[in-house]
Amino acid sequence: MSITYLEAIRAAQAKALADDPRVFIYGQDVGDFGGAFKATKHLAKEFQGRVLDSPISEDAIVGMAIGAAMEGMRPIVEMQFADFSSAAFTQIVNQAATLWWRTEVPCPITIRLPSGGTQGSGPFHSQSLEVLYAHFPGLVVMTPATVEDAYSMLLEAVAIDDPVVFCEHKLLYYHLKAERLPSEALPAGKARIARAGRDLTIVAYSAMLHEALAVAEELAPLGHEVEVVDLRTVKPLDTDTVMASVARTGRLLCVGESWPWGGVTAEVIARVASEGFGLLDAPPQRLNAKDTPVPYHPNLWAAHRPTARTISDAARRLLKL
Amino acid sequence: MVQSIATAMPSITGSATAAGARESFRELYTRTFRWMVLARQLDDKLASLYRGGKIYGGVFLGRGQEALSAAVGVHLRPGDVFAPLIRDCAGRLAFGETVLDIIRTHLGSIRGPMRGRDGNVHRGRPRAGMLPMISHLGAMISVVNGALMARRFRGEHGHVGAASIGDGGTSTGSFHEGFNQTAVEKLPLVLVVADNQFAYSTPNSRQFACRDLEDRAAGYGVTGHSADGTDLQSCLEVLGRAFALARDGGGPQMVVAKLLRLCGHGEHDDGSYVESKLKLAATGRDCMRVAEARVIREGWADARAVDGWRAESVKQIEDAVATAQREPGPDPSAEDWRALSERRLTETHES
Repeated sequence: MSITYLEAIRAAQAKALADDPRVFIYGQDVGDFGGAFKATKHLAKEFQGRVLDSPISEDAIVGMAIGAAMEGMRPIVEMQFADFSSAAFTQIVNQAATLWWRTEVPCPITIRLPSGGTQGSGPFHSQSLEVLYAHFPGLVVMTPATVEDAYSMLLEAVAIDDPVVFCEHKLLYYHLKAERLPSEALPAGKARIARAGRDLTIVAYSAMLHEALAVAEELAPLGHEVEVVDLRTVKPLDTDTVMASVARTGRLLCVGESWPWGGVTAEVIARVASEGFGLLDAPPQRLNAKDTPVPYHPNLWAAHRPTARTISDAARRLLKL
Repeated sequence: MVQSIATAMPSITGSATAAGARESFRELYTRTFRWMVLARQLDDKLASLYRGGKIYGGVFLGRGQEALSAAVGVHLRPGDVFAPLIRDCAGRLAFGETVLDIIRTHLGSIRGPMRGRDGNVHRGRPRAGMLPMISHLGAMISVVNGALMARRFRGEHGHVGAASIGDGGTSTGSFHEGFNQTAVEKLPLVLVVADNQFAYSTPNSRQFACRDLEDRAAGYGVTGHSADGTDLQSCLEVLGRAFALARDGGGPQMVVAKLLRLCGHGEHDDGSYVESKLKLAATGRDCMRVAEARVIREGWADARAVDGWRAESVKQIEDAVATAQREPGPDPSAEDWRALSERRLTETHES
């Protein structure tokens, strides 16, 4: 018996619907069809009237969720692809993110963004937009990298009284598996030491965690112990866990699949450099996707994003191998 | 007037009890006219405070739109939802917003509903069904839809929503997405379009190419209505019909009212681009004068009584200004600078 990352997302939504009558799901094709990726498979049947198809109207999808949340509901909305959330930008960053601050009325909505690149998906079905939403005050941004986190963090997202942008990685949907769903979890905002080490810290999140773990595995036989930090939530960012890790290793490499200008990797390095400069034995490094749209052809796509190979190269340079 | 400036929280019971079927047309007309008078006097005061440099941001008035706006407000009841726009002082008051809330928000008082964090027209009390508009036009429609969906999920019936928009706002994608969603879900929403002929300085000829905005109702599959926005009777009758239909299961209603904005876009704008022939046309009439003449002509009140209502409004407004001006503005050192309600999720890193 094993469960995939995608099944965990479906299971979390089923549990949220079963446990809390305030929860409903709204998005394109999420009803009887079960969603473009089947993340809501059979839920419309199991929870009649609470899993609703929307028009192709991202702005109105999020707007409706906000209005319902103001009235005490706990909506989960699915953007068919993270890329299309740009059509809901106003509602997410100007309406949802400002509501509590302006009125003291909370806005407990969960916006699911099927994120990140997969082969052949091209410029408009591959984006990683966590940086965009993390920039705005008033949003929590989650980037689960494991089956367990996909499940427990989605449940936590629904329970949180603030708007949560839940970036689930499409590349992990089918092949990432766990034996069972977790019964307990770290809270949002806490990073996790995914692998302990003493020579180099690699900070990663979402699908990049697995690339980083592969590099740690590769370097271990050479006598280099890489510590891998899984951020889990990019906003708020768990600076303490990162700093403690760098204090142990003295070296930092930060990896993200989103574009290089600004962003999570830049933020991590800025914080470590400004507050933990004395902990560093070498200049901190970062790896991101290239500064172009995400390409279609697998050859180009594989070269566009960080991979275990490019991460390994960067790690070896930092370790002076 | 049912309104008490001593009450900081809006009391939305006043507008509802009198809206029942037993109220005579004369009573409804007169009651609505008095909200118009209060709104006009309040607008005049806000303009004066703006000119005196007492208001930090812009001031946006509803001159010429009071009849339409007040007619919306008097048809709303407790439990309904209203997403007003910038020229809806009259409708807000009729739905239960207090003069003090309005003044406090403009002056940035920490005792106002926005506590100095937001100002002027960007105010509301969502718990009382009064949604605080954001500046992005059309964006409130889907939010009202969501509030109505919540009532549907809870099995609550008989409530309606109202959303205001202008001629310019109908050009946005959010407007289309939101109102199409209203129609698909068959929600009890009355969409009120104040066609005041200008979006800031842009005339309708550069805004849309259909003959009349009401024609769009058919495209959305909703019932369309047309009102003379300069005539309170027309506004009351048309909105009365639209609200009754929405409340009784008739689905979304779209009301388009023709009128002219009798001021600039905001008080920073003299509106000099509005040609005088438009001001002299039938749609350029001042709804306030039309309504006042009607009240007096019908003998529902004499000029002295109307002057008394006006004086009463001025007194209420002056008291509110005096109160708000004695109140402190926000203190940056007392501000917690948090944008999330869950303190544990607040970013602690600052640099």
